[in-house]
Amino acid sequence: MTDTNELIRLSAAQLAGMLAAGEVTSVEVTQAYLDRIAAVDGGERGVNAFLHVNTEEALAVAAEVDAIRAAGGAAAEELHVLAGVPIAVKDLIVTIGQPTTAGSKILEGWHSPYDATVVKRLRAAKMPILGKTNLDEFAMGSSTEHSAYGPTRNPWDLDRIPGGSGGGSAAAVAAFEAPLALGTDTGGSIRQPGAVTGTVGVKPTYGGVSRYGAIAMASSLDQIGPVSRTVLDSALLHQVIGGHDPFDSTSLPDPLADLVAAARVGNVEGMRIGIIKELHGEGYQAGVENRFNESLELLKQAGAEIVEVSCPNFQYALGAYYLIMPSEASSNLAKFDGVRYGLRVLPKDGPMTIERVMGATRAAGFGDEVKRRIILGTYALSAGYYDAYYGSAQKVRTLVQRDFEAAFAQADVLISPTAPTTAFKLGEKLNDPLAMYLNDVATIPANLAGVPGLTLPGGLADEDGLPVGIQLLAPAREDARLYRVGAVLESLLEAQWGGPLLDKAPALVETLVAAKEAK
Amino acid sequence: MSTDATLSFEEAMEKYDPVLGFEVHVELNTKSKMFSSAPNVFGDEPNTNVNEVDLGMPGVLPVVNRVAIESSIKIGLALNCKIAESCTFARKQYFYPDTPKNFQTSQYEDPIAYDGYLDIELSDGTIFRVEIERAHMEEDAGKLTHMGGAAGRIQGADFSLVDYNRSGVPLVEIVTKPIEGAGSRAPELAKAYVAAVREIVKNLGVSDAKMERGNVRCDANVSLRPHGRERFGIRSETKNVNSLRAVEHAVRYEIQRHAAVLDAGNPIIQETRHWHEDTRTTTSGRPKSDADDYRYFPEPDLVPIVASREWVEELRATLPEPPAARRKRLQSDWGYSDLEFRDVVNAGVMDEIEETIAAGATATVARKWWMGEIVGRAKNADVDPGQLGVQPATIVELNRMVEDGKINNKMATEVLDGVLAGEGTPAEIVEKRGLAVVSDDGPLLEAIDAALAAQPDVADKIRAGKLQAIGAIVGGVMKATRGQADAGRVKELILSKLGVEG
Repeated sequence: MTDTNELIRLSAAQLAGMLAAGEVTSVEVTQAYLDRIAAVDGGERGVNAFLHVNTEEALAVAAEVDAIRAAGGAAAEELHVLAGVPIAVKDLIVTIGQPTTAGSKILEGWHSPYDATVVKRLRAAKMPILGKTNLDEFAMGSSTEHSAYGPTRNPWDLDRIPGGSGGGSAAAVAAFEAPLALGTDTGGSIRQPGAVTGTVGVKPTYGGVSRYGAIAMASSLDQIGPVSRTVLDSALLHQVIGGHDPFDSTSLPDPLADLVAAARVGNVEGMRIGIIKELHGEGYQAGVENRFNESLELLKQAGAEIVEVSCPNFQYALGAYYLIMPSEASSNLAKFDGVRYGLRVLPKDGPMTIERVMGATRAAGFGDEVKRRIILGTYALSAGYYDAYYGSAQKVRTLVQRDFEAAFAQADVLISPTAPTTAFKLGEKLNDPLAMYLNDVATIPANLAGVPGLTLPGGLADEDGLPVGIQLLAPAREDARLYRVGAVLESLLEAQWGGPLLDKAPALVETLVAAKEAK
Repeated sequence: MSTDATLSFEEAMEKYDPVLGFEVHVELNTKSKMFSSAPNVFGDEPNTNVNEVDLGMPGVLPVVNRVAIESSIKIGLALNCKIAESCTFARKQYFYPDTPKNFQTSQYEDPIAYDGYLDIELSDGTIFRVEIERAHMEEDAGKLTHMGGAAGRIQGADFSLVDYNRSGVPLVEIVTKPIEGAGSRAPELAKAYVAAVREIVKNLGVSDAKMERGNVRCDANVSLRPHGRERFGIRSETKNVNSLRAVEHAVRYEIQRHAAVLDAGNPIIQETRHWHEDTRTTTSGRPKSDADDYRYFPEPDLVPIVASREWVEELRATLPEPPAARRKRLQSDWGYSDLEFRDVVNAGVMDEIEETIAAGATATVARKWWMGEIVGRAKNADVDPGQLGVQPATIVELNRMVEDGKINNKMATEVLDGVLAGEGTPAEIVEKRGLAVVSDDGPLLEAIDAALAAQPDVADKIRAGKLQAIGAIVGGVMKATRGQADAGRVKELILSKLGVEG
């Protein structure tokens, strides 16, 4: 057996290989991650990536996989390639047997009576679920500071944010608390945390992964996607969760492409890679810009043709997003009223009417950011304002889609920095919503257009030594291109660094012990 | 509950011109719900026909029921509507505990069917065309039961229970354009329109169409304007008027109430009204303005419904014979006169007569029983004739007994009463009540002799050929035999006794 500290740093693909070869058991792997979670996640300065740890069930699934493998025969042959490889699930995705909170007080202690489609698929692949990861309440935020259960810390610097809303999933993977995780991405909630934690994350084509069981923020923008430490690992996980689901009407009917094969191809020769003029330069941190330019250089050396494209309407994307997203959210969150499940708060005095119970419940159950978006969305959909706000935003959305169409006529894949800055300090932007929203400026267009996007680590910024993310974008249904280009860029970068970027991250356990001793 | 002032209907009509409008909700009888796989079944244990979708659990998504779409298209076609090539769902948002998501998934800007009409035949045969604005799909809400207050009302209730079995049941809402020109026939038209819609959906087989179960529910809009004025008056919307008779009464009442308000120089308040069957009046509901803000927006969880022309034509080809054509065919098959047939239709017993004929009765016999006996009894009991509980087989059996001479017509009606009182089958009732025609001529001849002797002048008239006078003698015989004689046989015996050719 490998040393557990080495084991947890292996990629999912490597673990899968060792499990299949019988070099390690799933129980050993799962236990190693559970031990890691116990070591780094809790306590005052812990990462706080997990809201719930699913020890018993995870080990039971691991033991089941081990038993099947040990018995050999057809059942062992039929095991999924990722069988026995553990995974963490963003707590926006419902699971039987574990609480699902969406990071909100209003769902504290709620247990779903059904599994999300992606969770069913994880179970079918026999992947032990390590637990549920932290997030901004109802996925509303870019820092995970809006979680009702305390912020997640960035493993690169525990005083910094891990991005959001999927800070928990990204931090869990970056802190080696899980080899894989599920995230959801409405405006960048997979990609921006990936960028600031030095990990990989993919927002699939809208409709590529079933949303059934992902608690909706903005239905027309939400997508579930993989979070990992390597491009290949994301492809492996994407292959598990992707494909048509009859429970999601917006799910694409197409058969899923062979994404894993795409990630293994590794060739960009002759590919046209488009720099989006509007998504770099002004407003982007110098260190981010430098790493971005280096990546372009590497791709060029590998034989890609770098072209520049212009997407003039992207300047309106953020504004449109902050009308469409809250509009849909205000509607999707109406169901949290204390009548059927979750928190119920009775008014302190006065008549006990249903309206007042609903009001008291929502007042106590929702945090400020959620209330802000509900109010914004309710306003934007109101009679007399609908055309000016929601209607105009939908028009912008169409224009953004057209920009993408034009861009993809000139380039096979588009490229940009994933986020304009590296991880900022906890609390730094908490009281400045507009500054917070600007984190998503480069990721939002993909959600508006429904196209897929991938982030991978592009190195460390010169100013602060923190990870920088590189974003790749492909036309709808061409997710495979992201994996193909992403895998090439990843290998070129790692060759330059002499190993994975996360090897450069501070050793967490030592940091935490030191922090405790200092105290 | 305050009682509103009303004018007499006649006076209201003299002064004002009514404009009507109807929203009829039809519950479809699909196996599963509009957006979930939960069963669509009426009357089960509360909250058993639900799954996570119907309860609006976090993370759920709707999936459209294909059969519901087909049923909606069929309804649209039967209402002579255009069928949208592509249409969408929208969210109608309001907080209410019977709506699990706190929005209703409905259609807003682009209904599946629009611009249709329905020709309504009134009791005198007049055809009145009602224009259909739209027929759109939506989902039903759950059912609230208010506990502890008076008469199940929310006011004064201690708490409310909610049953989500009905939540998500597919509905088609049929909305008329404003109906002008009905004049004093407005109440009658109202009833006939709802009856026609009910008949259509029942005939299509897309709904169980039972008003008492809420399968067909009507909201009736009424406004008045002075004769000659074009602009509509302010309307009231009487909600959930759930029987054909109630629709007629509610429209009549609202016309009378509006007229009194206007006559007093007061404005009509635009509001919903609740119908009360017991007092046959309405009371004020909630104010309703055109600016009610439901914050509609396109349902992002559903893709547009595309109805290809091929599909629509396929569905059109499956449509059953339209009720109006069916009526024409039945009248001709049954050989009823226009007047007879209209009476049958107006009495609401056409289906029942058809079933009775199918069970083996002749058209004449079926009509005689339904129109002659059952309609009157239903009126006395204040229910629809079909609801009285008379089975077609009962009528066939009764008629056979009469034809076989076992009982006479008078006895048969008595047996019918027994059946309705739940005393058993006609045969059992004949047995139990000791009803049987006296067929031995001996006692009859004695009774005839006595009757002729008692009325010698009548006997003379009959001998002289005035055969219609025979009734008096027959009556005497029947009286003497306590109705147990076969009147036909009595007649024959009298004539032969007097030596007159019948």
